[in-house]
Amino acid sequence: MNKKTNRRKLFIYLFLILLAVVMVYPLVYLFFASFKPNDEIFGSASLLPKKWVLDSYKIGWRGSGQFTYGRFLLNTCRMVVPTVVFTVISSLWVGYGFARFDFPLKKFWFYVMIGTMMLPSTVIIIPRYILFKNLGWIDTYLPFIVPAVFAGYPFFVYMVIQFMRSIPRELDEAAKIDGCSSFRIWTDVMIPLCKPAIFSVIIFQSMWTWNDFFNSLVYINSVRKYPVSLALRMNLDSASRVEWNTILAMSLVCIIPCTVLFFVAQQYFVDGIVAGSIKG
Amino acid sequence: MKKRWKRFEGYVYIAPWLFGFFALQLYPLVVSFIYSFTDFSMLKEPHYIGLKNYIQAFTNDPYFFKSLGVTFMYVLYALPGKLVFALIIAVILNQKIRGIGIFRTLYYLPSILGGSVAVSILWRFIFMKDGMLNNILGVFGFEAFDWIGNPATSLFIVALLQIWQFGSSMVLFLAGLKNISPEVIESARIDGAGALQRFFRITLPLLSPIILFNFVMQMIQLFQDFSAAFVITPNGGPLKKTYLYGMMLYQNGFQFFKMGYASAQSWVLFVIIITITGCIFAFSRKLVHYEDE
Repeated sequence: MNKKTNRRKLFIYLFLILLAVVMVYPLVYLFFASFKPNDEIFGSASLLPKKWVLDSYKIGWRGSGQFTYGRFLLNTCRMVVPTVVFTVISSLWVGYGFARFDFPLKKFWFYVMIGTMMLPSTVIIIPRYILFKNLGWIDTYLPFIVPAVFAGYPFFVYMVIQFMRSIPRELDEAAKIDGCSSFRIWTDVMIPLCKPAIFSVIIFQSMWTWNDFFNSLVYINSVRKYPVSLALRMNLDSASRVEWNTILAMSLVCIIPCTVLFFVAQQYFVDGIVAGSIKG
Repeated sequence: MKKRWKRFEGYVYIAPWLFGFFALQLYPLVVSFIYSFTDFSMLKEPHYIGLKNYIQAFTNDPYFFKSLGVTFMYVLYALPGKLVFALIIAVILNQKIRGIGIFRTLYYLPSILGGSVAVSILWRFIFMKDGMLNNILGVFGFEAFDWIGNPATSLFIVALLQIWQFGSSMVLFLAGLKNISPEVIESARIDGAGALQRFFRITLPLLSPIILFNFVMQMIQLFQDFSAAFVITPNGGPLKKTYLYGMMLYQNGFQFFKMGYASAQSWVLFVIIITITGCIFAFSRKLVHYEDE
């Protein structure tokens, strides 16, 4: 019996390790390939470079010639940071309203909000584009930031609501008895207690906005404003014969921030994804 | 007076969302419906043309059904692949595995990065004719195969990128499995239920709400997804085998500026998604187990 379970365990571990290797190998390969000269990338199956070069980074960093990847990374930050900040504030604000107040039609609006999570973005993108164009927002980051101001990412509102519901009501009742206004309760009681949820919102929204491709493709036109996603695709398409080592090097540069964020704040990823999805 | 106002205090807090909902969601939704009955383009004033856009899509567009078929295949590859894989691995990891944290991290990492253009580029590089996979297979004596250029495999390669990102669903399922009390499983074991029976009779029903939620959200997203396909196979791939619906919408709306027509097509997709979601929810009443019932 014991022998049998041991063999089973061993088999499971082998499977899990093999799967882990298959899952991560492409990313490890990306790392080493970015140090290979272009001709070594093709026709060699070995993981490690025979000759380590940094050319790919030097050439790749130049980007479009006119604008470097420094510019594209900065652009991405200018898009991501305000979007994330406003998403956090608006989600906490609106989430508080749904989690702690009773008001007419509350149930109705709550279900409307859940419903908008399922609304396909492709259906509304054309009128949104026209609207933003008329407002003069095309080729700016406002199409990302303004929806964040108005809690336009219902996933995060829902996440905050779920989290606030788990905070005992006695805490805000006590503050209320002490004469705190609902705004004070929000700033002094709820926000400090919501820290884990806030981290989750920051992490997910940073990552999603950083990686966004479709919206950038629609709203951002000029190379000067390109975030990294568009810059990478431009490099891929513009060269007649793709210099694969430079483009792999820049791909690596563009995923490093998300990778670091993931390893640093892993627990919040797990907590966030769970809080946002399981009905409590 | 003050008390009456108090009842509406919550509206102060949900007001930003309410405004956003009307201005950035409901209004565009209605407008897109209106556009779908016009010949709206960026170049000229819109005219009402009745059902012409819809008629054209169904009878006189060489790509419409092609693209719809491709999209259904894509969802059929990616959705079950992703969820079944996520479920199996979650169940394995749930059995007191040592180093569960490391495995979970490594399996989850692709979900974090997989949506980026960078990884789509990497994917293209792995599967192209002189790319990584063929280099490795070459060591074992296999001839180079054009995974992306061959119409038989191109769509699957794109879907595989989705399946590679099974980690986010796995984490969810793992959390759900942790909530199932061991006593329930143990008492079933004592009653003589085998491992498979325990899985299908107890674990799966208790996990079904999470599975349903994940299934629906992933499905909606997959029906519209085209970013990866757009990078891996820029022109819709060999024989338009990766010409996903989202790509067709993007091209019609933002490259050919046939915005009225694209709106009509987006509503067709919307109706398809609503119908399927409705069917799933109706069907799931029998299958999904809610604890409070």
